[in-house]
Amino acid sequence: MSTVDRLAARLGELFPADALITDPVRLRTYECDGLTYHRATPGVVVLPESAEQVAAVVKLCDEHGVPFVARGSGTGLSGGALPRTDGVLIVTSRMRRILEIDIPNRRVVAEPGVTNLAITEAVRDQGYYYAPDPSSQQICSIGGNVAENSGGAHCLKYGFTVNHVIAVEIVTPDGEIVTLSEQDPGFDLLGTFIGSEGTLGITTEITVRLSRTPEAVTTLLAAFADIEGGGRAVSAVISAGVVPAAIEMMDALAIEAAEAAVDCRYPAGAGAVLIVELDGPGAEVTHQFAAVERICRDSGAFEIRVAASAEERAAIWKGRKSAFAAVGRISPAYIVQDGVVPRTSLPGVLAGIDRLQEEFGIRVANVFHAGDGNLHPLVLFDDAVPGEGERAEDVSGRILDLCVEHGGSITGEHGVGVDKAKFMPRMFSEDDLDTMQLVRCAFDPRNLSNPGKIFPTPRLCGEVPGVRRGVHPLVESGLAEQF
Amino acid sequence: MTAPGLPGLPGLPGLSGVRVRAAGADDAFPGARPRWVALPGSVDEMAAVMRASAAHDLAVVPLGGGTKRLWGGLPARCDVVVGTERLDQVIEHATGDLVVRVQAGVAMEALAEALAAKGQELALDVPVPGTTVGGLLATAIAGPRRFRYGTARDLLIGITVVLSDGTIARAGGKVVKNVAGYDLGKLFTGSYGTLGVIADATFRLQPLPATRAWVTLDLDAQGSPDRLGGLVAAVAASTQEPAAIELDWPGPERGAPSLAVLVEGAAAAERALAVRDLMGAGARVGDEPPPWWGRLPSAGRSGPMGHPGGGLLLEIRAAPSRLPGVVPDIAAAARRTGTEAAVRGSIAAGVLHVAVDGERAVDGERAAEFVTMLRSRIEVARDGGVDGRVVMLTSPEAVPPAAASDPWGQESTRRELLRRELMLRVKERFDPGHRMSPGRFAGGIR
Ligand SMILES: Cc1cc2nc3c(=O)[nH]c(=O)nc-3n(C[C@H](O)[C@H](O)[C@H](O)COP(=O)(O)OP(=O)(O)OC[C@H]3O[C@@H](n4cnc5c(N)ncnc54)[C@H](O)[C@@H]3O)c2cc1C
Ligand SMILES: Cc1cc2nc3c(=O)[nH]c(=O)nc-3n(C[C@H](O)[C@H](O)[C@H](O)COP(=O)(O)OP(=O)(O)OC[C@H]3O[C@@H](n4cnc5c(N)ncnc54)[C@H](O)[C@@H]3O)c2cc1C
Repeated sequence: MSTVDRLAARLGELFPADALITDPVRLRTYECDGLTYHRATPGVVVLPESAEQVAAVVKLCDEHGVPFVARGSGTGLSGGALPRTDGVLIVTSRMRRILEIDIPNRRVVAEPGVTNLAITEAVRDQGYYYAPDPSSQQICSIGGNVAENSGGAHCLKYGFTVNHVIAVEIVTPDGEIVTLSEQDPGFDLLGTFIGSEGTLGITTEITVRLSRTPEAVTTLLAAFADIEGGGRAVSAVISAGVVPAAIEMMDALAIEAAEAAVDCRYPAGAGAVLIVELDGPGAEVTHQFAAVERICRDSGAFEIRVAASAEERAAIWKGRKSAFAAVGRISPAYIVQDGVVPRTSLPGVLAGIDRLQEEFGIRVANVFHAGDGNLHPLVLFDDAVPGEGERAEDVSGRILDLCVEHGGSITGEHGVGVDKAKFMPRMFSEDDLDTMQLVRCAFDPRNLSNPGKIFPTPRLCGEVPGVRRGVHPLVESGLAEQF
Repeated sequence: MTAPGLPGLPGLPGLSGVRVRAAGADDAFPGARPRWVALPGSVDEMAAVMRASAAHDLAVVPLGGGTKRLWGGLPARCDVVVGTERLDQVIEHATGDLVVRVQAGVAMEALAEALAAKGQELALDVPVPGTTVGGLLATAIAGPRRFRYGTARDLLIGITVVLSDGTIARAGGKVVKNVAGYDLGKLFTGSYGTLGVIADATFRLQPLPATRAWVTLDLDAQGSPDRLGGLVAAVAASTQEPAAIELDWPGPERGAPSLAVLVEGAAAAERALAVRDLMGAGARVGDEPPPWWGRLPSAGRSGPMGHPGGGLLLEIRAAPSRLPGVVPDIAAAARRTGTEAAVRGSIAAGVLHVAVDGERAVDGERAAEFVTMLRSRIEVARDGGVDGRVVMLTSPEAVPPAAASDPWGQESTRRELLRRELMLRVKERFDPGHRMSPGRFAGGIR
């Protein structure tokens, strides 16, 4: 009997049968997240309903030295929720309650399995929403968002998950329930925890800050003959001192795919389309909108459409929102890449991507959050052609190299996970990575919480003299003189 | 000058080529007198200073502008002060990317000036003159516009730090969107020099707002917390996107409270009028801030808060809707303890600063009593309590240890102790020798 099987037997004593999955066929449901080419069948799956239950599982893992991985909705695109065959997968799908809606303080308290969109839906009628809006927001969980520090199209103006989370309750890798809150004095453990991809513990409750529904929203679609024109417009908008809620761009190939998939009817002959959304007080939006429209024309837009209603806005966004899935219409297989460059380096990087396409004979469709330089190149290939998958992967990796060469990042929102751990040394030195792992060693010295993610090589933590594992004896006895 | 018995003063042992001077009386902290002041001119020099200090088991305290030498706990031990005054360069201002990378010793007002020349700004209010980027990050203090833009940690996108053993580490980068690796910038923001020295920082910027307008309203001295709460809630919920909502109350003896709201950006004047209408009779729109705007409060005889000789400065953090109800408690505590208290802060963002005139030796006891009273009212989670925090920002030197010994609050629930345990473990990993600003930090972290 393996260690994880022994642990599963112990879990059987603590959990009802329907909260535990050990059947090999059912376990397969959880073998990957949104990045399907990394797969592993979990040793056992648990579906806890409370923080106490999560803590009980983690305590057992700690006792047995068994690794554990948290999973929300499994939409992650970096293999972050890839399970361990020798470990436990803790799935939050039964922790789906919104616990508190506090409009006077603009807050919602939710369990980790609540979907991102459900939060907004719960407060929309009262004139509020939760700002970070990943395209996957209908499905992805708020716990997953916290782990990935997820962003969305509107994070140009509003920031990321970390800017909107006030507190989290976590289960530490030694099975203790702790609250990390913005208002607590001391190190910003809350900020450090957000974006740690499940490697510092499991989130069991999240308090988010709400934003006021803007008085006005205006959306514009501008079509350009080529991507350079679109790029010029983006730069000019930013230099004009306008901070739009979103600026998205798609190139010709991405438009072709979107047309094929959702018939979005973007202007014919466009080499690039730009979507610019402005929101805020009516007076401000009106003022800025005039500037944006003028800039687009001056930058060579041959057609501009302005959404006059919610339906028209949805029509403009339809093509963009469908883009990832849409490329399935024009290519049997594809890789979704996620890299970031300084906005001013966009032209250089796009030229570099063009060169890669030629050199490798691989097509790349470009979709990006142009305002913050976050590229989502979709690398297309035919998995039936021998060697093409490898070439596509090569191109995909080289795009990241281009990003790093231009001072950018290997991931803007999808996270490092298991997929990009090997790219971390291209961005960070060994000392940088070792220093980050000091945090890991503080939270999880035995490397049990989602091991193998983020860092290419785990740092051996060792025992630092003077540090005790687990609860401090003083804490245990209720005496706190030391503090 | 070489002090007898100390190896190689003024040069730090094992260190050459870096500017070092012997520390004088002015460099001393109450209770800890450094021997050297090292002034590295680059991150590599800073690393050399840290390595030399490590080799000789010397305690290090970083220093920026020195305006807040006495904030937090007092260093229990200090051999070397590492000053950032020579690290005063803007490394890169990528205007098209709205990003700036600066060395830690750059003064915030100098940075603001350089950015404004290009029509941009770091959306952190410019603090008292002399404040450095490193000092601002290390103390994580924020001004009025935190309501709209968040605090330093929300605008910081990259950082370079030097650890106690001389390791140079970077995290983040120079792009605004980036989730690669742990965010050490967050960890170091507010770390008061206890984890390492911040060498440089990269921030995201904003276009300088075209126009700014302030809406101010003087409240009746007898104004009820409900009225204040209603006003704050109405403005905070307004769709005019106010950038800041500040309360100022010089204290019972010195005047009535007032509320000021900043509206900035396109069409600010028009939006300010809409806010004025929300605030009702007596509200005025102007294009200048009230004189107290963006400054910490001060009370009674104490000078500018946080300076040597200054009084006690508290930060109260709570859910915004609870703060109006706390104001009368502050007044009551001041009356009961015979102190003067002034209140100011970002009430809609859940933060108030309270200055208490407790000129050390004289009023320390009363200041301590004041803190204890407030904590017993605010740091209560049970039965619909405020569930807030009262943090002492200025040195507790003024306050005798018994009453309000912990500058960071007295919560002692199991969860809170476990959180502190996590902080201890982080500190232990980053600074196993306890040589970085020992004694400065929360909860007895050494
Ligand atoms: C079509 C599509 C579009 C997308 N668009 C965006 C986008 O616009 N922006 C963006 O940022 N991302 C996007 N994503 C990526 C993904 O949706 C996000 O990363 C999301 O936050 C993942 O949430 P999840 O609940 O699916 O997490 P999972 O995939 O289940 O897990 C993701 C990571 O979080 C950890 N985790 C999950 N729950 C917890 C918990 N409770 N405690 C600790 N760790 C936990 C897991 O261990 C794993 O490392 C997209 C994905 C898809 C498929
Ligand atoms: C909007 C605003 C308004 C303010 N108003 C006032 C006011 O009215 N009155 C007032 O007195 N203050 C005010 N402040 C606070 C004051 O400006 C700061 O707290 C300031 O951050 C201290 O900067 P300094 O460079 O002087 O730091 P120092 O006093 O030199 O150091 C402060 C702390 O930071 C640590 N530190 C410094 N540099 C580094 C580094 N590079 N790496 C690691 N640790 C470091 C030090 O060890 C010390 O613990 C205001 C701040 C803001 C943001």
